[in-house]
Amino acid sequence: MNKVTQIPVSNRKTTLSKLGGQKFIVLLVVILLFLFFSVVSPDFRKYTTVMSILDYSYYITLMAIGVTFPLITGGVDLSIGTGLICYSLAGGYLIVHCGWPVGAGMAVSVLFGVVIGALNGFLVAVMNLPPFLATLCTCMITRGVGSLCSGRFGISWPTTGAPGSWFRNIFKITVNGTKVPIGFLWVLLLVILMAFILNHTKIGRYTLAIGSNKEATILTGINVKFYHIMAYVISGLFAGLASIAYSAVFSTVQPGTGAGFELEAIGGAIIGGVSASGGVGSIEGSLLGVFVICLLKTGLPYIGLQANWQQIVTGLVLIGAVLVDIIKKKRKAV
Amino acid sequence: MGEVILKMKEISKAFPGVQALDKVDFEVKRGEVHALMGENGAGKSTLMKVLTGIYAKDSGTITFEGKEVEFHNTRDAQKAGIVIVHQELNMLGHLTVAQNIFIGREFKKGIRIDDRKMNEETKKLFDRLHIDIEPTETMSNLTVGKQQMCEIAKAISHDAKVIVFDEPSAALTETEIEELFKIIRDLRKQQIGIVYISHRMDEIKVITDRVTVMRDGCYVGTLITEECTKDDIINMMVGRVIYENPKEKSMVAEDAPVVLKVEHLNAGKMVRDVSFELRKGEILGFSGLMGAGRTETARAIFGADAKESGDIYVNGQKVEINSPEEAVKCGIGYLSEDRKRYGIVVHKTVAENSTMACLGDYVRGLFINKKAERNISQDYVNSLATKTPGVDELVVNLSGGNQQKVVIAKWLIRDCDILIFDEPTRGIDVGAKNEIYKLMNRLASEGKSIIMISSEMTEILRMSDRIVVMCEGKKTGEISIEEASQESIMNMATREIG
Repeated sequence: MNKVTQIPVSNRKTTLSKLGGQKFIVLLVVILLFLFFSVVSPDFRKYTTVMSILDYSYYITLMAIGVTFPLITGGVDLSIGTGLICYSLAGGYLIVHCGWPVGAGMAVSVLFGVVIGALNGFLVAVMNLPPFLATLCTCMITRGVGSLCSGRFGISWPTTGAPGSWFRNIFKITVNGTKVPIGFLWVLLLVILMAFILNHTKIGRYTLAIGSNKEATILTGINVKFYHIMAYVISGLFAGLASIAYSAVFSTVQPGTGAGFELEAIGGAIIGGVSASGGVGSIEGSLLGVFVICLLKTGLPYIGLQANWQQIVTGLVLIGAVLVDIIKKKRKAV
Repeated sequence: MGEVILKMKEISKAFPGVQALDKVDFEVKRGEVHALMGENGAGKSTLMKVLTGIYAKDSGTITFEGKEVEFHNTRDAQKAGIVIVHQELNMLGHLTVAQNIFIGREFKKGIRIDDRKMNEETKKLFDRLHIDIEPTETMSNLTVGKQQMCEIAKAISHDAKVIVFDEPSAALTETEIEELFKIIRDLRKQQIGIVYISHRMDEIKVITDRVTVMRDGCYVGTLITEECTKDDIINMMVGRVIYENPKEKSMVAEDAPVVLKVEHLNAGKMVRDVSFELRKGEILGFSGLMGAGRTETARAIFGADAKESGDIYVNGQKVEINSPEEAVKCGIGYLSEDRKRYGIVVHKTVAENSTMACLGDYVRGLFINKKAERNISQDYVNSLATKTPGVDELVVNLSGGNQQKVVIAKWLIRDCDILIFDEPTRGIDVGAKNEIYKLMNRLASEGKSIIMISSEMTEILRMSDRIVVMCEGKKTGEISIEEASQESIMNMATREIG
C-alpha cells in the first residue's frame, strides 16, 4: 500500500474537477451575470425584477431537474415543453369546466406527465426508438391533445382571490404586503431530493451507468429496460410538476404554446454540466444552468437587447458549454 | 509467376510494450498467390498495415516495382497500385454498386455527377472480371459474397498491381468461395500479385502458390505450397518454446461435480451444436483461432445474445437464460474481452463498479449505503491486490490489469460461482498477467469454476485443466491437459481438408 499514495498529477486534476469543476464555474457565471445586470441597470436591482426572474424560473427549473435524467442516459426528452402546456390544460379544463376540486386537477396534471413519461420510456427502452424521435412524436401528440382539451381557447386556472386559488400560494405568499417567493424553497428542496436520488439510490446509480456504458450495464445483469424507462418517467413527472408551477404563475394557459420550453430546460442542464453524450451530470448543476438562461432572458432587455438577442446569446452560451464538455473529454482521452 | 513486384525487407514495428514486427521479410511476385499465415497476433495484419501505410514502420525497406517506397496512408498505396480487401467490407449500403465503386472519384458532367458513365464503366469492369452484378443495384440488396466481389472490383478499378485479401472467405458460403477463387485465378493470369491471408488450411492448398509463415512478429519461413503438408505449416506456426511452465496435469478432483452443462447449443452462424461440461474448481480452456465462435458461445450462454436451441444446466438443474440478468441470478459472471466497451463503466469509481452487479445488497432503506459499499470494495482491493489510490478513484485511471481485477471483484462480490473469462489478459502487461493467472488459480482452488477463452496458446496450456477447441462455430475437439500439445490443438483449430 505504500506505492499507491502517489497519485499522478493528471489524476489529481480530475479529482479536483470532479469536486467543483463546471458547477463552480457556472455558479460564478450566475453571480457575475447578476452583478453585471445590477450595475448596468438600476431597474434590474428592484425586488420585483428578482421576483419575476424567480417566477419565470420555477417551471423551467422543474423541467430541467426531470430532463437531466434522460440526458444522463444519453437520450433526450423533447416532449416536456408541449407536455407541460398539455397537462396544465387538461387539469385546468377539469377544474374550470367540470367543477373538479383544484387538488384533483393538479393530480391529473402530474399523473398525465407520468403517463407520457412512461410512454416515452417504453418507446425508447423497449421499442428501441431513438430518444430524439420518440419524444419528438410525443411532443406533437401532447400539443394536439392539449388543444383538444381546451378547444381554441386558453384556460385560466382560478385567479388570485377566486375560490380554489390557494394553489397560487404554493409558489408565492404575501406577508405584510410583501410577496415572498417560497416557490424557490420548494424548488431547492426538490433539487436536494433529486440530487440525493441521483447519487445515492439504485435508480440514480443505474441512470449514470446506462449513460456511461449501456452494454456493460446490461452485461452486469441489471434490468436496464426498467431503469431506462424510469429516467423518462422522472422526466414526465417533473414536466407534470412544472405544469402546476406554470399554471400558478401565469394567469392563462394558451393551447398550441410550449414548444421551445424544453430547449431552455435542456440548454440549462447542459450548461450546468450534463454531458451531451450522457453518463455525467448533476441536479444542482442543472439548477445553476437554468439560472444562467433565466438571467440572460430577463436581464438582457434591461440593457436594451430584445428577445432576438436573448436567443442568440443563449445559443452562444450553449455552444460554449458544449465545447467545454468536449475539451474535457479530449483531455481525459489523452 | 513473374519477377518480384513487391519486396519487404527487415520490417520492424514496435508498439508500447510489444515488438509487433521484428525484421520481417516478405515478397510477392507478379501473377502469384502468396499465402500469409500465422496464429492470432503473429503480426500478419500489422505487416499489411505497414505495407498500405496505415502504420509507419520503425525500420526496414519496402521495394515496389524496383523502387523504394513509403506510403503515408492507404490513398498513397492505392495510387501506387497496392490495395487491400478488408475482412469487414467498407461498403455504403444505401448507394448503388456503381456509386460505391467510384466513391471519391466520381465522374462529373459539369457540376452534376455522371451516374450513367459510372454505370457503364462498372459494367465494363464487371465484364472483364466475369462478375454478374447489375451496377444500378443497391448495395445492401446483395449477399455478402456479391458485396465482396464489388469490393474486389473496386480494388481492381484502382489499377491494382498487388491486392491483399484479409481473410476473404470468412463470411462466404462454399459456392461463393468457388466464385472468389475463379476471380483470383483470373487476376493471377493478369499478372497481379496477390497476398492471401487465411486460417483455412484447405484453401491454402487449393489457391496459393507459396506460403509465408509468421510467428510472434517474426518471419519463420516461406514454403512452396505444392511441396508442403499441413503439418509442415502447423509446425512452423506453433514451433515456439513455451517459457512459462505449462500445466502438467489437471488440478480438478476426480469426483468434482459438474456445475455447468451445455447441450446442443445453437446461436446464429457462429455457434453450431456446442456441448460441453464444466466441473467444480476447473479451468476449462476454450481455444481456437479468431472467429471460431468462442465469444459468441459465451455470450449465448450468458444470455447476452439470443440462442436458437440448446439446454443449459447449472448444478444439475435445467435453467432458462434469456438475459444477462437471468444468467447472473444463476451465478454466472462474464468478463468480456473488450473491457472498456462491455466490462466496466470507466468514468465511475472502483467502488461503484465493484458493487454494480449486486447493488441491492448495499441499499439501506431507499439509499445506497456508501460506507458498506466502500468497505466491501476495499476488502476486494486488498484481497485481489488491486493497485489503486483508493476505492473512490475513477476506473479509467487504472491500468488494464487493475481494471480487470475490478471486474473480477464485481463478480466475486455478486458471489458468482461460474466465471467466464474472455481473453482475460488481453492488453495487459506481462507482470500483471502473472498476477491474473495466480488469481484465477486461486479462485479455482477455492471452488470457483472458470471458462477461459484465450487465443494465446501459452495461456491455454499454462492455465487449463481441460481444453475445448472450436473452429467455425463448431466444437472440433476436447482434450485433457495431460494429452494436449500446441500441435494437437492447432490441428483441431484449423479446418480439415474436404
